[in-house]
Amino acid sequence: MSRIDDQRPLVDLGQERPQLPARARNLSPIVPRASIAGRALVAVVAIMTFLASITTGSVLLVSASAAEWQSEVGSEITVQVRPQAGRDIERDVAAATEAMRALPGIVEVRPFTKDESSKLLEPWLGSGLSLDELPVPRVIVARVQPGTTPDLAALRSRVTQATPSASVDDHRAWIERMRSMTGATMFAGFGILALVIAATIISVSFATRGAMAANRPVVEVLHFVGAGDRYIADRFFRHFLQLGLEGGLIGGGIAMLGFGFSESIAGWFSGTPVGDQFAALLGTFSLRPSGYIVLAVQAVLIAAITAWASRRTLFTTLDDID
Amino acid sequence: MVRFENVGLRYGLGPEILRDLSFQVPPHSFQFLTGPSGAGKTSLLKLLFLSLRPTRGLVTLFGEDISLLGKDAIANLRKRIGIVLQDFRLLDHMTTYENVALPLRVMGRDESNYRKEVIDLLKWVGLGERMDALPPILSGGEKQRAAIARAVISRPQLLLADEPTGNVDPTLGRRLLRLFIELNKSGTAVIIATHDITLMDQYDARRLVLHQGRLHIYE
Repeated sequence: MSRIDDQRPLVDLGQERPQLPARARNLSPIVPRASIAGRALVAVVAIMTFLASITTGSVLLVSASAAEWQSEVGSEITVQVRPQAGRDIERDVAAATEAMRALPGIVEVRPFTKDESSKLLEPWLGSGLSLDELPVPRVIVARVQPGTTPDLAALRSRVTQATPSASVDDHRAWIERMRSMTGATMFAGFGILALVIAATIISVSFATRGAMAANRPVVEVLHFVGAGDRYIADRFFRHFLQLGLEGGLIGGGIAMLGFGFSESIAGWFSGTPVGDQFAALLGTFSLRPSGYIVLAVQAVLIAAITAWASRRTLFTTLDDID
Repeated sequence: MVRFENVGLRYGLGPEILRDLSFQVPPHSFQFLTGPSGAGKTSLLKLLFLSLRPTRGLVTLFGEDISLLGKDAIANLRKRIGIVLQDFRLLDHMTTYENVALPLRVMGRDESNYRKEVIDLLKWVGLGERMDALPPILSGGEKQRAAIARAVISRPQLLLADEPTGNVDPTLGRRLLRLFIELNKSGTAVIIATHDITLMDQYDARRLVLHQGRLHIYE
């Protein structure tokens, strides 16, 4: 029995009995909502979620762009025709083009004209260039039918028979390098993510200790009125989960807005050398819808980690207070 | 209900401030705990409330040897005890109503079952107009009455009060004593630690007198 079993009222007010006032209700949470330590925790979680989201978003952008390049480049074969003394390069280009068109699995062959070749070299050699004065190779790009692997050896022999100065490149070495670079980028991204999460757990543990120290009077009073550690920890856990979600929402939200606007921001820099290099590396900077879902899940995950780290710290701190 | 056998208490390596205490508090009893300042009244109340453990001797509460109790068991025993401390210990972010209702909220009771009772009690202790006020704007006397209301609202089996009338005028002091007597009549054992001779003279009850760490009982 935990209390006196007496159904009669504790006090009898007789004629003094008041009407029940509308406002006298349990409206306040047991753990006070606003405190300096609580705000610090929200700030820590928001910053960590922002950093984690930027890391994950960048990894997603790089891997998506790399996959795009690989699929584009993997479906192309490039033939270079080098100019040779005593040979007409235009005729060599036409012969190589014809030889490639005759091969099965090749759906489109496009020789780059002189002007197009000039354009390709413009960033390095400047405009107003006449290729006639330079021994610049000409490029022929062939598109391979998706899902087929053309016989590269046959292609090579046929093209070199038609044009001895031609060389064939299926970009395999480049794709391998791209693949390893993407892998390294993703590995680094996950490493940074792991560090951010570890830093979050440590920061949250300290912030929880701070918040618990600030709420020590609340814990003591709850002990006085007979609340057990589990009850108190449960109340604080909810409080910290709420703070974690708040921080996650702020940090993740800002990061998502950043990615949302990055396309427009990239547009401002297009045409500048830096902008063009970034565009070449990361494409349009636009995160796919699935990327935003990943960031939202990550923000919730960080809020959950916050609550878990708080709960772990809570019981230790409750023992200290006891 | 409460049994002390040769209980001693010291803080750290200091001198023993409570020595060889042996007494019982029967169920439904009413007693004043008195003695000069520094005699150890608050320490004895803390022992009774399980906030302190004795350095020697045996303390039995509701038939349980407290040295064998775990944290959950202590929390459960505390639900059967109400305490009024000298520094009130009200939660500043909660209204007077919420502070008083806190023990019932912690017990998991539905608010609709106790709301009227809390409001009646607040009226009784003269805080009917201050239900929605936060403790920082209450006077010392109002805080004390809120702390008393919080201690008695769950009708504990044992009520411990440390100087419960120290900050109120004599008329309100008598009213609060009546509340304790009513609670005692409904079955609660009451221990009131006080210096106030006038208060003790108003009700014929057992007196536990602490002097130089030893307890003298006047039935």
